[in-house]
Amino acid sequence: MSYGLTAITVLWTFLFGYLIIASIDFGAGFFSFYSVVTGHENKIHNIIQRYLSPVWEVTNVFLIFFVVGLVGFFPDAAYYYGTALLVPGSLATVLLALRGAYYAYSTYGHHKGHNRLYMGVYGATGLLIPAALSTILAISEGGIIHMDEGKVGISWVNFFMNPYTWSVIVLALVSVLYISAMFLCYYADRAKDRAAFQVVRGYALLWSGPTIAASLLAFFQINRQNPEHFQNMLNMAWMFIASFLCFAAAIYLVYRQKRLGLSFMLVILQFGFAWYGYGRSHLPYILYDQISIYESITSETMAVAMISAFVLGLLVLIPSLVLLLWLFLFNANYVRGQSR
Amino acid sequence: MMSTLDPVLMSRILTAVTLFVHIVLATIGVGIPVMLALAEWRGIRTGDKHYILLARRWARGFVITVAVGVVTGTAIGLQLSLLWPTFMKVAGRAIALPLFMETFAFFVEAIFLGIYLYTWDRFKNKYTHLLLLIPVAIGSSASAVFITSLNAFMNQPQGFELVDGVFTNVNPFLAMFNPATPSKVAHVLASAYTTSAAVLASIAAFSLLRRKDHPYFKKALKLCVISTFVFAMTTILIGDFSGKFLAKFQPEKLAAMEWHFDTMTEAPLIYGGVLDENNDIKYALKIPYALSILAGNRPNTEVIGLNEFPEEERPPLMIHYFFDLKVTNGVLLVLIPLMFMLRKRLPGKKPYPTWLLIGIFALGPSAMVAIWLGWFLAEVGRQPWIVRGYMKVAEAATTSPNVGWMLLLFILLYIVLAVSAVKVLSRLFRSKSAEEEIAQLGWDPEGGRGQ
Ligand code: HDD
Ligand code: HEM
Ligand code: HEM
Repeated sequence: MSYGLTAITVLWTFLFGYLIIASIDFGAGFFSFYSVVTGHENKIHNIIQRYLSPVWEVTNVFLIFFVVGLVGFFPDAAYYYGTALLVPGSLATVLLALRGAYYAYSTYGHHKGHNRLYMGVYGATGLLIPAALSTILAISEGGIIHMDEGKVGISWVNFFMNPYTWSVIVLALVSVLYISAMFLCYYADRAKDRAAFQVVRGYALLWSGPTIAASLLAFFQINRQNPEHFQNMLNMAWMFIASFLCFAAAIYLVYRQKRLGLSFMLVILQFGFAWYGYGRSHLPYILYDQISIYESITSETMAVAMISAFVLGLLVLIPSLVLLLWLFLFNANYVRGQSR
Repeated sequence: MMSTLDPVLMSRILTAVTLFVHIVLATIGVGIPVMLALAEWRGIRTGDKHYILLARRWARGFVITVAVGVVTGTAIGLQLSLLWPTFMKVAGRAIALPLFMETFAFFVEAIFLGIYLYTWDRFKNKYTHLLLLIPVAIGSSASAVFITSLNAFMNQPQGFELVDGVFTNVNPFLAMFNPATPSKVAHVLASAYTTSAAVLASIAAFSLLRRKDHPYFKKALKLCVISTFVFAMTTILIGDFSGKFLAKFQPEKLAAMEWHFDTMTEAPLIYGGVLDENNDIKYALKIPYALSILAGNRPNTEVIGLNEFPEEERPPLMIHYFFDLKVTNGVLLVLIPLMFMLRKRLPGKKPYPTWLLIGIFALGPSAMVAIWLGWFLAEVGRQPWIVRGYMKVAEAATTSPNVGWMLLLFILLYIVLAVSAVKVLSRLFRSKSAEEEIAQLGWDPEGGRGQ
């Protein structure tokens, strides 16, 4: 494996980690807000809080890891994306900042009841952030960032008038709600909280149909946007078929209310297959036509140093993450609320 | 119109504003875990529960500052690529390693802080909970080490060759461990511990000033003030090394911050003053030989003057004031704790005289101001370079015309964050006082020893 391929695999894996845990967080924020507005809060608010409180900061680090790693391994990517994305990147940063801060205020601050402002900021950003971040995937298909007179520019008309952009945004939104609801089914079940389980099971089933419809829509829009990429995807069609099978099995289990842990594993596999299938067929480009992993990879010594640092880092990171999950996700007493 | 403003200037201001906000929170983020460990350890070792409560109450406020620290850090992390794309593209080839390692430090800190906050009564052995602070403190201090080594590189770049505008033949370790790294890292870490101890001392002094005479606050005050003294002494000692470093490696910064124009031995140190249009110094306090001593420990050390450098490569002269004010604050951070430690020998009968408490209350703000001044001194003093000797700031910035609008957006964001954080923190502080909590837990007001 070349350094470029190793690096992008590492980064893509971390972005996948972010996709899963941030979706849980974003969707949960939205459901939490929705439950306060509709008065169902006492049913599901608690389990959401119990899960989110200890892990939210970790979620953020996954994103930072991806950005810093991308810039480090592929410095040219920093140049193109950095120059072109000043405005959307800044807006996403502001949303992330508001979300993080207001989450902390409402969880750790001292006030009675639920503050609607905090919850509202938290719920709304839960949908706006994935929408904003997903547009970067749309831009990476090419045709939107261009070079003229040696300056990087971005064509907003091409961007907004493009059905592909919108299909990606829709896909991001429904996936967030779907992943989150599927996870909460598992968590509520572990907590033996029947009332909450029924509510989130409803959400999960409700969002499953739109998820698959949006996936198909985005899939076929790629053909219009970037036929070369689409052809690559067809060449590895088995990954997308596997993804669909995992989806069907996961929904079946939730529908029958059985083996919910397995069901959530299948959700991870569903998105895993689609994610790596999409990523693999996107190669060798990070930005279609302009940045390829082979040309823009940093110098060899730096790549070796960063990959070594990464391996050493994993040796610390994996046991720590396991400890965190073991204490707060797989510890039945904590999940049920018997210990703090 | 906003969009006709110079993107370079706007990028500089936006970077400065973001770092202005981030640095206070980051500094506290580095130092508070150490103070938490100190208090909890004392509590466990002596069996005095007041110290445990102290750690618990600090931790409650700390999560809020961490949260804002994390979000402003995320902002600066993204802004480095958004505002300085050319810098990241060129310098990234040499210096990506520490930035990348920093994210692992963040991971460790975030994971163990999450565990620490939610497991106060979960372990049978009390030391287990205390041990969780070790990875938190190591993680946050390591992130300071890595980011500071990056900043050191910008001042003393090495470990690469510049060929056709591309950094090649890179040695990432030489780049990280450049001549600026040792003194800078040490000074940044020590100043972070000083500031955290000083901020916590201010809080304790504030409670005592409000006539809360509970032993709990006196213990907190003593712990924090003595820590401030020790850390501040260390900071000043290392600050002296920073001065010697500058004299040797970055003489134009030292000369600009001292208004030292002509190369000479037995150079005096200028404190305060104003410059007239001929660059003559007026109304300043001159301490004979002191600059030579700062630069090389001996009065006959030769100190290079600003006139040796071409005009367009001289840093702005206002950094003189940043330095002088910072040193003033540094001296206060040692003198006031010293008076507290000698309070029993001071004239007057009260063990906690109001003027002393007011002085201690001022320690926190004074340390924070010192941090700001120190960073502005270091960063503005690097002008006009972004990577000293290789890349000027003006070549590094984005060419996007919209930076002005983004500056406005972020200023708004920081105002919202600052106002709401202050509100939440002050509500946290007031909602349940420490005395109430001690009474509620049914503890002996003296704190008690053993179980
Ligand atoms: C509590 C904070 C604090 C205190 C009391 C001091 N400093 Fe400091 N100083 C810092 C906090 C700081 C800092 C914020 O940490 C800086 C900014 C950049 C850096 O490397 O450290 C800094 C930078 C800095 C620099 C510039 C280094 C460079 O650009 O490479 C010098 C020469 C000094 N300091 C010297 C001193 C002296 C002689 C002090 C004696 C009173 C002193 N500092 C007290
Ligand atoms: C430690 C890593 C740091 C990095 C990588 C970094 C990076 C930068 C960059 C890219 C610029 C713009 C170029 C320039 O104007 O010189 C800058 C300027 C600036 N930075 Fe730093 N910085 C760091 C630390 C800090 C900190 C902690 C502060 C705290 C306040 C700070 C304060 C400033 C200020 C005030 C400017 C504007 C200076 C001017 O434009 O005159 N920096 N920094
Ligand atoms: C020397 C100056 C700096 C120090 C000591 C420092 C330290 C820290 C610390 C301790 C945190 C964790 C938050 C907390 O505990 O409060 C943090 C957050 C962060 N800092 Fe800074 N920082 C500095 C400057 C910078 C600069 C210049 C950057 C730009 C690359 C940066 C990027 C970040 C990021 C991305 C985060 C958020 C990480 C997360 O999501 O957990 N920091 N910083």
